Amino acid sequence: MDMPPLNAQIIAQKPLLVARLRAAVGRVIDDAHEVRAYECDALSAYACAPLAVVLPTTTAEVSAILQICHQMNVPVVPRGAGTSLSGGALPTGDCVVLGLARMNGILETDYDNRFVHVQAGRTNLSVTGALDGFFYAPDPSSQLACAIGGNIAMNSGGAHCLKYGVTTNNLLGVTIVLMDGTVHQIGGPWMDAGGIDLLAVICGSEGQLGIVTEAYLRILPKPLGALPVLVGFETSAQAGECVADIIKAGLLPVAIEFMDRPCIRATEAFAKAGYPDCEALLIIEVEGSADEITDQMARIKAIAMRHAPVEFRAAADADQAARIWLGRKSAFGAMGQINDYMCLDGVIPVSSLSFVLDRIGDMSREFGLDVGNVFHAGDGNLHPLILYDANRPGDLETCEAFGAAILRLCVQVGGCLTGEHGVGIEKRDLMSVQFTDADMQAQMRVKDVFDPKWLLNPAKVFPLSISAGRRHG
Amino acid sequence: MDEGDIQAMVRGADRLAIIGGGTRGPVCGGDVLSMAGLTGITLYEPAAMTLVARAGTTLAEIDAVLAAEGQRLAFEPPDLRAVLGRVGQSTIGGVIAANASGPRRLQMGAARDALLGVRFIDGHGDVIVNGGRVMKNVTGYDLTKLMAGSFGRLGIMTEVSLKVMPIPETSATLICTVIDPLPAMAAVLATPYEVSGLAWYRDQMFVRVEGFAPSVAVRLDKLTGILGQFGAVEPVTVDPWPMIRDVTALAAYPVLARIGIKPSLFKELQAILPMASEVLIDWGGGLIWVAGDDPHIIATCRQFCTLHGGHCTAPKGGAPMFQPQSYDTLTAKLRAQFDPRGIFNQGL
Repeated sequence: MDMPPLNAQIIAQKPLLVARLRAAVGRVIDDAHEVRAYECDALSAYACAPLAVVLPTTTAEVSAILQICHQMNVPVVPRGAGTSLSGGALPTGDCVVLGLARMNGILETDYDNRFVHVQAGRTNLSVTGALDGFFYAPDPSSQLACAIGGNIAMNSGGAHCLKYGVTTNNLLGVTIVLMDGTVHQIGGPWMDAGGIDLLAVICGSEGQLGIVTEAYLRILPKPLGALPVLVGFETSAQAGECVADIIKAGLLPVAIEFMDRPCIRATEAFAKAGYPDCEALLIIEVEGSADEITDQMARIKAIAMRHAPVEFRAAADADQAARIWLGRKSAFGAMGQINDYMCLDGVIPVSSLSFVLDRIGDMSREFGLDVGNVFHAGDGNLHPLILYDANRPGDLETCEAFGAAILRLCVQVGGCLTGEHGVGIEKRDLMSVQFTDADMQAQMRVKDVFDPKWLLNPAKVFPLSISAGRRHG
Repeated sequence: MDEGDIQAMVRGADRLAIIGGGTRGPVCGGDVLSMAGLTGITLYEPAAMTLVARAGTTLAEIDAVLAAEGQRLAFEPPDLRAVLGRVGQSTIGGVIAANASGPRRLQMGAARDALLGVRFIDGHGDVIVNGGRVMKNVTGYDLTKLMAGSFGRLGIMTEVSLKVMPIPETSATLICTVIDPLPAMAAVLATPYEVSGLAWYRDQMFVRVEGFAPSVAVRLDKLTGILGQFGAVEPVTVDPWPMIRDVTALAAYPVLARIGIKPSLFKELQAILPMASEVLIDWGGGLIWVAGDDPHIIATCRQFCTLHGGHCTAPKGGAPMFQPQSYDTLTAKLRAQFDPRGIFNQGL
């Protein structure tokens, strides 16, 4: 992975930088061994230790840190919980990592107005954990560990976003600190922020526009109940048609998950969830009262039966539900037992599903690497898992080339490079597959407004060749 | 008309006033650029719940095409012609530029939430594509949602891509007579019964549920029980939602304020409104509408929002349309980046 050359001047100034940071904030880590704990995120193929790490506890401290770095022209890499799958929190050797882990408080819970006000280092699941009868809907699979600040930076989704939307649809307001230290309050506990919708572009800007320190999140009353059904098919085309018919019929399941045969076999060997051995399997979850669930299940069954399923297994209770979800939830772990794997995140129009799966099968043979598919079928967000052997020379490169070919295919059929993991470092150089130079110029102009020196989260999102003039300007 | 014609106009223009159907936006100075000639639905995949249309396509055409497949725009764009005294046909570009959203917002989101992608022409004369036609997309910065509600201040949208939704099998509304709407509102919204509209006007609260018939019946029954603690409940005979969505009840007044605040602050707001102001609360849409004859309504509401948080737009009554925000410097810089010659919708 190409990275910009390190700035020797900044490295030479490290003692002064650290002294100034120590004067401003309680916790500064600059020991060369200790900073290595921050050298990578969940995309561990890439690692680079930062100059220093700061762990502020207040918005005022974040502002002071950014002012210092701004004055000294030091790049800053924001970090939530470090669970990014795209290298969104990968440091550079001449940067300060600003970690939000100590800013994890709940500032206000208001059920009458249905919002919660949190600090951005709060973990996703612990937001819901602090609520009574309500929940925060976006549920990325790392929700036990990932931070709200990171969710906002990457506009995270999850298995249940078919019904509830992703982060941007559930975010009411933020406190954001810009690189020069200015603090803005945008939006609040009401439906939309005034003026041009800056919140919209802040969410998903991968920590490149500012550092969000606090957020107002929408919360919803918990549903009365939820149960899944498992449906197996002989072909992925049948599964795809079944999904289309369910959606066309006006059913709005909270989740429609898809797994193909390689994934099913791997998870069976690993988790023994009792899945049928078939080409394609859907897990469809519906919500509501017991009567409503029964009614929706009956409708789904009537539709599924038109597509000749080899198995239709509706959960009758929480135990059966857990067994149905067990395999899906252990899919990544199961694939990891077989081999090293790379997890992709492309999105396609659901109408291209079986075409794309066939092509991925062809490419698997061409590249000589196995691939398993597990994904959110309702919204076309694919997670192909390419298996490779990190100890075999050349395998990682072949895997990366295979991954890039799949993402190109996603764009070619009208989809996109990433549905929920973000561009980060991983897909930076593929951006020109999806966007023209003019498209990227327009996006970079937004960064020019928020971070004119281009110091925040450097070398991510945009190909280095495209951003070169701005980064050195 | 095609994108090339618009690019040529942008490159040659001093000031452009971008008009969709002219049914909802404020009137700006400069040469009028009507989008009415850039029409057509370019893609509609009912099973993928996706529709792509050129910006000048009328809302009426889109509604008709969707209805033929049992689908609709779930965000219920309001028709403000009666309130604003306009004629003409609303266009989808105008709907998105205004982020025009109705009472279903709480449950199904606003126009911005249904917007999957845009094509627009910026002030440099370049065609910019952002987003796409898929349900999930975090590739690059989200200029798509930035364009929703931008009222033509960043560029000229030429095509929009939308998530559409099925029309539910059944829709039903309850009316409850309540003088103090706040406790009843909080009680209803704390339930898991997925209310898709909640409004209050002249001591009557309106509660809508939608879905499959058995589910709607169950939820109506539960909600009737809850509402009964606050006042007399009856089912409606006339569909009140067009009146609520389009604010037609307040159409006769010369001054109209559209307010977004924390819902529970309503009582404090009500206490300081000029006498003879009238209020329509569209909680489902996250809005309080205040109308009357007194032009001070706008200033009063704006002071309240500055003090307590929130914002107040003035669709009519003579005041500037938008309330100043603490981050307007950022917005101004953003406009200067997208439109360096300052040609789009100046004065807004």
